[in-house]
Amino acid sequence: MILQVQEVSIRFGGLQALSNVSFELAPGEIMGLIGPNGAGKTTLFNVVNGVYPPTSGEVIFRDEKITGLHSYEVARRGLARAHQVVRPLNDLTVRENVMVGACFGRERHSLGKAAALADQALAQVGLGDRAGQLAGNLNVAQKKRLEMARALAAHPYLLLLDEVLAGLNPSEITAMVETIRRIRDDGITILMIEHVMQAVMSVSDRIIVLDYGQLIAAGKPEEVAANPQVIEAYLGDPEMTARLMAE
Amino acid sequence: MHNWRQPGFWVSFLLVFLGGLVVLVLRQDTLRETAFTILMFVGLAASLNILMGYTGYVNFGHIVFFGLGGYFGFFLVSELGWPLYVAALGGGVLSAIIAYLIGCAVLRLRGAYFALATIGVNEAARAFVSNFEPFGGATGLYVNFSAYERYGGAGQALWLTFILLWLVALAVVVVSYLVKRSRFGLGLSAIREDEDTAMVMGVNAPMDKTKAFLISAFFPGLIGTLYFFKNGNVEPDDAFRFQMSLEVLVMVMLGGKGLLLGPILGAFAYERLRGYLIVSPIFKNLHLALSGGILLLIVLFVPGGGVGWFRDRFPRLRRWLE
Amino acid sequence: MTQILPSIVDGLLIGFVYGVAAMGLTLIWGVMRVINLGHGATMALGMFCTYLLFAHFALNPYLGMVAVVILSLLFGVIIYGVALQRVIQAGYLSTLLATFAVNMIIIGLGTWVFTTSPRNIDFSAGSITIGPVILQGTRLLAALAAVVITGALYLFLHFTRPGKAIRAVSNNRAAAELMGIPSSYVLALAFGLGTMLAAVAGGLTSTFFPFTILSGSTYQLKSFVICVLGGLGNPLGALLGGLFLGGLEGIIPTFMPVSWVPVVEFVLFVLVLVVKPTGLLGSK
Repeated sequence: MILQVQEVSIRFGGLQALSNVSFELAPGEIMGLIGPNGAGKTTLFNVVNGVYPPTSGEVIFRDEKITGLHSYEVARRGLARAHQVVRPLNDLTVRENVMVGACFGRERHSLGKAAALADQALAQVGLGDRAGQLAGNLNVAQKKRLEMARALAAHPYLLLLDEVLAGLNPSEITAMVETIRRIRDDGITILMIEHVMQAVMSVSDRIIVLDYGQLIAAGKPEEVAANPQVIEAYLGDPEMTARLMAE
Repeated sequence: MHNWRQPGFWVSFLLVFLGGLVVLVLRQDTLRETAFTILMFVGLAASLNILMGYTGYVNFGHIVFFGLGGYFGFFLVSELGWPLYVAALGGGVLSAIIAYLIGCAVLRLRGAYFALATIGVNEAARAFVSNFEPFGGATGLYVNFSAYERYGGAGQALWLTFILLWLVALAVVVVSYLVKRSRFGLGLSAIREDEDTAMVMGVNAPMDKTKAFLISAFFPGLIGTLYFFKNGNVEPDDAFRFQMSLEVLVMVMLGGKGLLLGPILGAFAYERLRGYLIVSPIFKNLHLALSGGILLLIVLFVPGGGVGWFRDRFPRLRRWLE
Repeated sequence: MTQILPSIVDGLLIGFVYGVAAMGLTLIWGVMRVINLGHGATMALGMFCTYLLFAHFALNPYLGMVAVVILSLLFGVIIYGVALQRVIQAGYLSTLLATFAVNMIIIGLGTWVFTTSPRNIDFSAGSITIGPVILQGTRLLAALAAVVITGALYLFLHFTRPGKAIRAVSNNRAAAELMGIPSSYVLALAFGLGTMLAAVAGGLTSTFFPFTILSGSTYQLKSFVICVLGGLGNPLGALLGGLFLGGLEGIIPTFMPVSWVPVVEFVLFVLVLVVKPTGLLGSK
């Protein structure tokens, strides 16, 4: 197993954001993480990559306990992340943005090597022609790709994708799903939070569902879609239910 | 590794190099004094830029390192009779050590909280030194004239001090460039833009910030020693002028923060402007208000500073205006 | 003991005034996330305003305070419009530098007009003796004024529409805007109020200490210390922090040289910032 999350709980003051979440991820897998808004999906990512230490529970990455490590220590062990809210370093060029991933991620390259890797990662996500631009000038879809390229340039073992499809139009979604598949085919395991149901159902090998900080279902996409608890969790969100039922 | 053919570096380096060279060739005392002040501020502004421009941490207490390092270096050269070179290095090293200690505590704070803490550090240092008897308490220290004798009298010693300061200013330019064009510098930019994201990408922000703080603090310690040695005395109100911290900050903003050339031109422009205002009969009493007005206009309308403005306006000049 | 008691009482009375100044700073921070580096200069303006009214129109300093209140409120709103509105979203570096620029302009013009020779307001309000403690009338009145102002501020913030709007913006600017509260108007008002508190504190101080146009900077630094002690953004904390600092200034000289007072203050300041940035009294 590349990632094992064991009985993870986290509290913020009076709010139990995650309670006893456990799951495992096999190498080469694409796992979808779904759930209604506020279910704790992003918080779970934050615990996995060390932004927050969990109140209790363990996170094991490639047979090493990484619970409580700083996020930069986690990054160096080969766990990269693309954020939901894209946060490019606006004052740097697109290439420099991606170089940060290559320089400080798992392989810790020198600047020269990092520039080459950055161009490679940019080509991988289809941003090759934008390398010299300032990152602040990209549009939303391009920023999402930049976010992916930054994570990829680190050559991670595991990639966390937080809603990389949100805000994209249908053709951009198709292209991005293609990119995600290609990344997996290059041997990178993927754990992705996604709201675009059709896409996540089609691309994921397995899906886990969070609701109010608890894991309520796990399994193959079709099993999860048929799970009454999952449907119930989405009932507060009729549109989402309809989309889920339509799969 | 580093691209030494980068024209932006040479523009900055040659500017400082030739500026100092002209003074050495002309050998006029008044010109030297003017140049001394300018080079001092070039060094202070460029070193502040490493923390403020590259890393994005506003330090209102940069002058603490000038003051503490300067006091210590002055003490070494004047009271203990150490050679000036060694004493100046001692001042720099002490500043760097203090920066490390302060940094471990204070760099955990972000944004305005960090800025506030640096104000506190500045005042605490001033208040402490005013009460510290080995450094002469509130009256400070006066130079032991034998320290000048060693270098062939006061006149010669002043020229030597100037040359050393010139070398230090050049060193600041070189180090600034090296930092900026390194992997470390890339990490600092990432911290400046978004510290949390930088950490998620693997940048060891706590350590890199501390290193940047340490480098930024080393040079003011050197410069302080030279400045006080030149002046012949050092006292708390002169060494920890909060106003001076702010002036250095204004210089960085004026030229353009985060750029190599920015603080150099900023320091030059500010000093010349102030020099002009102080002697002008109309503006003599208004120079502070005018400086404030200029700062306000920059902050409101040209936040990238002069050099930054040119870079935005004329993208083709980017290579030259590093 | 006979030494300590008067010293502490005196310190506490001055502490009330410190508290008012700090309240202004903390209000501005809480509502607009701006550290006002022009705070001290504004205090100095309050001192001079009180002084000029007293010296030229023989106006009682406490009546003069009414004029100070009105003028400084207006002044603050203008400063907001000119120097801050444009950069209020641009981050703390811009706002710090903008307020610092305002500080330079005020001090620069003030030095030109008033020079830096010390002034004082020769006004006595008698004194009251209770046991070993002699209470200066001016300090008692200043403390009383501070309490009245704090009460008025509390009532304003909690029971008037603009006051509630200020608190709403302070809580969550984006949400307040969605609710239809015009935030730029509220921010201007908050900055005006903060400026007013500074000027009033300055005016009150001018009745018991000599001052120059540069005097504000000392009080500005004290205000920073107090805000941090009381928790940035917490007005009640600022008043308590002011009393704490005033008391401390009364106590310290009884067992170590007066010149060590700032060392203690600023070390405390940095320690609190580092260990508990929400202030000794805590806040949200």
